Amino acid sequence: MAVEPITGAEIIVKALIDQGVDVIFGYPGGAVLPLYDALFKQNRIKHILVRHEQAAVHAAEGYARSTGKVGVVLVTSGPGATNAVTGLTDALMDSIPIVCLTGQVPTHLIGNDAFQEADTTGITRPCTKHNYLVKAIEDLSRKVHEAFYVAKSGRPGPVVIDLPKDIQQAKYEYVNHAGQKHRSYNPPVRPDRAQVEKAIEAMAHAKRPLFYIGGGCINSGPQACALLTEFVRMTGFPCTQTLMGLGAFPGSDPLSLGMVGMHGMYESNLAMHDCDVMINIGARFDDRVTGKLTAFSPGSKKIHVDIDPSSINKNIRVDIPVVGDVGHVVEEMMRIWKARQIKPDAKALSTWWDQINKWRARDCLKYRPSEQVIKPQYALQRLYAAIKDKDFYITTEVGQHQMWAAQFLKFEQPNHWMTSGGLGTMGYGLPAAYGVQVAHPESLVIDVAGEASIMMNIQEMSTLVQYRLPVKIFILNNKWMGMVRQWQELLHGGRYSESYSDALPDFVKLAEAFGAKGLRAEKVGELDDVIAKMLATPGPVIVDCAVDERENCFPMIPSGAAHNEMLLGPDDQSAKPISEEGMVLV
Amino acid sequence: MSERSNTRGGTEFLAVSKDDLSERHTISVLVDNEAGVLARVIGLFSGRGYNIESLTVAETDVSKHLSRITVVTSGTPMIIEQIKNQLRRLVPVHKVTDLTVEGPSLEREMALVKVQGTGEKRVESMRIADIFRAHVVDATIESFVFEMTGSTEKVNAFINLMQPLGLIDVSRTGVVAIARGPEA
Ligand SMILES: Cc1cc2nc3c(=O)[nH]c(=O)nc-3n(C[C@H](O)[C@H](O)[C@H](O)COP(=O)(O)OP(=O)(O)OC[C@H]3O[C@@H](n4cnc5c(N)ncnc54)[C@H](O)[C@@H]3O)c2cc1C
Ligand SMILES: Cc1ncc(C[n+]2csc(CCOP(=O)(O)OP(=O)(O)O)c2C)c(N)n1
Repeated sequence: MAVEPITGAEIIVKALIDQGVDVIFGYPGGAVLPLYDALFKQNRIKHILVRHEQAAVHAAEGYARSTGKVGVVLVTSGPGATNAVTGLTDALMDSIPIVCLTGQVPTHLIGNDAFQEADTTGITRPCTKHNYLVKAIEDLSRKVHEAFYVAKSGRPGPVVIDLPKDIQQAKYEYVNHAGQKHRSYNPPVRPDRAQVEKAIEAMAHAKRPLFYIGGGCINSGPQACALLTEFVRMTGFPCTQTLMGLGAFPGSDPLSLGMVGMHGMYESNLAMHDCDVMINIGARFDDRVTGKLTAFSPGSKKIHVDIDPSSINKNIRVDIPVVGDVGHVVEEMMRIWKARQIKPDAKALSTWWDQINKWRARDCLKYRPSEQVIKPQYALQRLYAAIKDKDFYITTEVGQHQMWAAQFLKFEQPNHWMTSGGLGTMGYGLPAAYGVQVAHPESLVIDVAGEASIMMNIQEMSTLVQYRLPVKIFILNNKWMGMVRQWQELLHGGRYSESYSDALPDFVKLAEAFGAKGLRAEKVGELDDVIAKMLATPGPVIVDCAVDERENCFPMIPSGAAHNEMLLGPDDQSAKPISEEGMVLV
Repeated sequence: MSERSNTRGGTEFLAVSKDDLSERHTISVLVDNEAGVLARVIGLFSGRGYNIESLTVAETDVSKHLSRITVVTSGTPMIIEQIKNQLRRLVPVHKVTDLTVEGPSLEREMALVKVQGTGEKRVESMRIADIFRAHVVDATIESFVFEMTGSTEKVNAFINLMQPLGLIDVSRTGVVAIARGPEA
């Protein structure tokens, strides 16, 4: 059957539709005009015009993380592509599936330093999972479909397709290559049965077990998380989460110990240090979690479930690696657990829980309340009280506010918490929030922000207003780059070099200038009212919440220290001076 | 540090201590012969701080567009495992074989060695070339270019012997390697 040839741009749009794409975040330019023209002539795919290409990628990340689908970005050549690089790196670090279409100068001009030419595949090679330069129209539809496959298979990640302008204009038949088997990249999802058996064997004999669950569970999908939740409850073992894993297990479940790591819970970190069997499911032993490697959980047998073999034995030697997808592995684990009718050592487990409850009783998130000034922790507690029964999604910027959000807000389901963990990109939260909002128009989406971070992509207010996206931006304004100030206080003798947020805008007026609503809370007594007003306002809102300028984020494991050398608060006398070795770490 | 029973997952995961000594491994990587594939492999090594002692690449199956990259690298066993797993993660990579651990294998390198001299030194260089089964591929009144093939060690030995005999230039291919026996 002869198929009518269509333009490259039309082929791309068809392929996107066949991949189930309903929204693209993008910004036009000369090298993508044919594609914009093809988008103009259809109404299946909605285009969200961002105000900076970095934001397009973060928005697509928010969209992807909150839906489990691939996020799609469209930018022009040269500066469009280079602006996208931070977002791509962010998505790579946090394993977020993205397909980013970049325009390119026509094939015959590549290499000539043509106008707005950049070596996009060269620049993005280290910050993508894979990238393509389409040099022949015959390859186009295959490459677009393959890009989606690569972005979402195995360990997800960003994929760039660089599209020379002449390819967008050339004509060829469209073939739907969706679902075609890839000739080399076929990451297995099913685990080796024998390894799962070994894992269960270790778990069955554990006296001080601990689940350590991470972002990989969320990558595996809500069903996998539900299965995992069922399994954890079946075992009765305590369960801690990474920053990226929040929501994979219900935060308010009594088995949940909350977040682990540098700013994680006291009980989580001590449990990690003292456990005898660690069951890592989809977490990658990041340095924010392990602290000092040589002192990391010295007595435990470590099980590590990960779909990416390169995550295994990278930082930490493990005893029982299980390569596979979380959902598949947990299913197998449950099957064996049930078939063998495993009864964990109840006495040992109860002693372990007694110990954990003693740690819990330290109440590590305790802070000194104040009547005079709004404590950032208090602001988040009030925010949580106001939203906890609603269908809410949270994004964050990067800094202390991000850590406090992780500590004080609880997530009962996966895909409701989006934060930049691996790269720690200030400016992530606002665009990510509207990416979420586009996918969930009826839900409440809040960006918990710092006043410094929000300035990094503040232009995106225009996008909110243009598309009437009712994102709420809740700024914990401490007038400092708080996280930097905290490190300078604790590590650099209180020499606050360049960390003061000087010449800040009036955020209320700024919101108004963009056509949004601005609110301010300065006194403790105003807080609840402002939160209520924020929630009652139908459109986008910025809340400028003035908080204690000097508050530090605790608990904290200073860099280079071990889990049991945690600082609990400003009065913690157990604090040792930070070692030389620790000082060089970030 | 922690000593514990090394439970291996399949054959892939040798749980080993980071402090282990560095080992030299020859890794063979079968890849799609497409634009940028070499840059991906090299970028992986440089980006993650792995060593490349030698690297060779050429198309080995024209009809399937497959190339073989042979990399000689060194690192602790944990790093070597990482290198292999990182290589396997690259989309155009079909197969990664560690020829150093997976059964017996052959390694060869070729060198072109230019020696300048006359009289006794010239005669001596010919004599040594004979012993090493090197061929003369270019000759002038005062120079030879020898072609010699062998293991890296043998090539090194030959070059060292030529040093005092007027060695002025060397060009080497780097290592190519293949497993012995009937299997691919
Ligand atoms: C200021 C700041 C402070 C931070 N402090 C902390 C802290 O205190 N605690 C903390 O935990 N983090 C903290 N982080 C985040 C930290 O840097 C890491 O991003 C985070 O710890 C990594 O989470 P993860 O281990 O769950 O891995 P992720 O980055 O989510 O990686 C997921 C892992 O799962 C695997 N995977 C993916 N899909 C699947 C699948 N389907 N099946 C199986 N496996 C899969 C991947 O291969 C990968 O190994 C902080 C970040 C910032 C910016
Ligand atoms: C793009 C980028 N630049 C620099 C940093 C380093 N950094 C981490 S936290 C931080 C300060 C953030 O300040 P703010 O947004 O006000 O949040 P706070 O810590 O005060 O809550 C900085 C500069 C970063 N993470 N990202």
